[in-house]
Amino acid sequence: MQNSIRTPYDRVVMAVPVTIPYVRYSIESAQWWIGRALKALVDGAGITPRDIDGFCVSSFTAGLDSGVGLTQHFGLCVRWLDTIPLGGASAIAALRKAARAVQAGDARIVACVAGDTNHVDSFRYTLENFSRFNQDAVYPYGAGGANASFALIARNYMRTFGARREDFGKIAVAQRSNALRNPHALMKAPLTIEQYMAARPIADPIHLFDCVMPCAGAEAFLVMSEEVAASLKLPAVKILSTIERHNAFGDDPVQVRGGWAMDVDELYAMAGVKPDDLDFVQTYDDYPVISMMQFEDLGFCRKGEGPDFVRQHDLTIDGSFPHNTSGGQLSVGQAGAGGAYLGVVEAMRQVLGQAGPTQVKDARIGLASGFGMINYDRGLASGAAILAGPSS
Amino acid sequence: MIEPIIKPRRKNPLLRTRLPTSPPRARSRASHGFTRAAAEGRFMLQRCDACGTFCYPARDACPTCLSADLSFADAPRRGMLLSETTLHIPADVHFRERAPWRVGLVAMECGPTLVTHLHADCEEGRPVVMSFQLDKSGQAVAFAHPERETPNMADDRQWREMTADPKFRRVLVTNGRSIVGQEAVAALKAAGASIVFVGVAEPWKPFRGEDALRAIEGVQIVPLDIGDEKSVADLAADIGGKVDILVNTTEHVRAGGLLDRQGTSVVRDEIDQSYLGFVHLAQAFGPAMRMRGSDGVNSAAAWVNILSVYALANWPMFGAYSASQAACLSLSHCLRAELRPGGVKVVNVFTGPLDIEWFQTVPPPKVAPRAVASAIVSALKRGLEDVFVGDVAEDIRQRLAANPKAVERELGA
Repeated sequence: MQNSIRTPYDRVVMAVPVTIPYVRYSIESAQWWIGRALKALVDGAGITPRDIDGFCVSSFTAGLDSGVGLTQHFGLCVRWLDTIPLGGASAIAALRKAARAVQAGDARIVACVAGDTNHVDSFRYTLENFSRFNQDAVYPYGAGGANASFALIARNYMRTFGARREDFGKIAVAQRSNALRNPHALMKAPLTIEQYMAARPIADPIHLFDCVMPCAGAEAFLVMSEEVAASLKLPAVKILSTIERHNAFGDDPVQVRGGWAMDVDELYAMAGVKPDDLDFVQTYDDYPVISMMQFEDLGFCRKGEGPDFVRQHDLTIDGSFPHNTSGGQLSVGQAGAGGAYLGVVEAMRQVLGQAGPTQVKDARIGLASGFGMINYDRGLASGAAILAGPSS
Repeated sequence: MIEPIIKPRRKNPLLRTRLPTSPPRARSRASHGFTRAAAEGRFMLQRCDACGTFCYPARDACPTCLSADLSFADAPRRGMLLSETTLHIPADVHFRERAPWRVGLVAMECGPTLVTHLHADCEEGRPVVMSFQLDKSGQAVAFAHPERETPNMADDRQWREMTADPKFRRVLVTNGRSIVGQEAVAALKAAGASIVFVGVAEPWKPFRGEDALRAIEGVQIVPLDIGDEKSVADLAADIGGKVDILVNTTEHVRAGGLLDRQGTSVVRDEIDQSYLGFVHLAQAFGPAMRMRGSDGVNSAAAWVNILSVYALANWPMFGAYSASQAACLSLSHCLRAELRPGGVKVVNVFTGPLDIEWFQTVPPPKVAPRAVASAIVSALKRGLEDVFVGDVAEDIRQRLAANPKAVERELGA
């Protein structure tokens, strides 16, 4: 194991995991959802909005508002502000930035929030206006949204490494069984592997249950010093390590790995733990193939062994490899940028022992990852964090 | 392998006509380098002038060396189809009603990776040959073809969306008296057009080539005097709903410029025939064509203008004529914009002096009318927008790109 030269996140903690329960469609605005999350943060922490002096926000549907406009909207007076448009990697990036701000004394309490609405037409609007490369070279092909892009990636992965649809199905089915224990999950019906296999094709080899359901919702957490958390009597989550990487492996003709593979050694070195030490893993699961790739890139098996790894493990809450314990985006829903936060917030609950029906027994330490932004032919942004509970 | 398309039956007048929808149109400014390439049937990619890297999608800085000197350059067309998918449920309306639709990822031998539409005979893991095409939105998209010719290749469903192939389409050629018109009729019939309507002013007056024209099966001579608004409107009332391709072969050429002429009658004639004739045609036939841009195998597909290349740069020896052609060129851009919502292409075929009586005194090289006709068919089959026929037209095109001022001085010498 290599040594990390990075400054540890000593005495910086996360607290108050917040989820505003999702709905498939909402007539409210993104600002409404972000506002609900902020309210839940201050209520959960027993503070007032004036105590928040750092604000970090991510949203696809907040229209013309960036973070600064939202400060006035919500009556926040902050001395540290960030707007993070990194899609599925937004939560890891927010956590990293907020933690360093607190550590340096630039802010005392940072509210990290992602919230999106889902009007009946807002998903299409997001697709049409996603990025320049997407607009120029992907959307005109009927391939708007990530389905086609991930279909091309998944098909190449299947051919190269021998993954079968059944293997992806096992990930989706396990997550659905986890979701049935999560009252907030939008998917309420059980899913069998037979149903998964028989689902209608969306973009071969992507079928219906490989896709997340866009929805409205918000997720949030606070970042503060250990002392502040203690003074507020808040159960606190330790940040053992983080990594972040963008536009890695640009020479791979088709994406077969994400940026995690570049930094995974550092992830474990900084945390001082091994993959085996983790009690659960929350991967960013916009499609099961991406979760499978992460099992490889985050060091649980070698490249190409993802399919076998899945075959050999039980991925449910009580299984040998508890994975996406809330049900993940595949079964809870994808609330825009909130999808980035879903795994991080669930990981906080797990290590705090607050996960309720989805609680992994004796979970102490776990990993949450992020992945985002199909700008052109691949996801560009990746990140991961290892979090630990107060007792570890 | 592609099944050949079947000749559409007579349309059931009780059924609703499917309205055209556009694929996504928005593009960055830099990306219109591909639009230019597609319009002329070239395959161009951005290449860095500093380090030679080819890149895609369109950028404003080289991803290898950050140089801002990226030029669109003709690029090798070969690549490998790395991965493909069939879209069953696309989010976009245009593609949803055309699903299933195949797209793929092609690694070019020259470097970049292209997301592309696929011809049905492209196979994963096999070489493909790329082109840029103008889709129904009028914007450029990448299209992958199989490496070698395959049976019924042009009948591929996705390819036909990119082209205006005359096969099984109904065509109006506006001037059957001209040799260019007659050659165009023959070429379009040979290309599989189901009917060619041929406009002839005062059809009771015999004309050279009439017998040969009438002898072609599927050719129908119709009265049309495009300088006469009522004549054009009458014909449109009659056949406007079944013109899929309109080929404007209007020809009104007179030598002469400004100072050696007295009065405006010749100039006015040129404008009446070429420019106002174009206006009459557009107003009479354009709206129905725009409506029928998505009307099945024989949807409205293209409007073809034959323009003098001197529309682009005045040739004082035919100075007033050049100006009438410039007016038509400008109008064609207006028509192109207005037909675009229907997915109907406007093809401009630029020619040098034709080998016809009105250019009798002009020295060679001159363009054979048959060459114009085959250029029209080729442009329709390939889905092009700007075509230059013959050596003079190509010469002017290149010289204009190099130095327009030099062209002005030299044409006026």
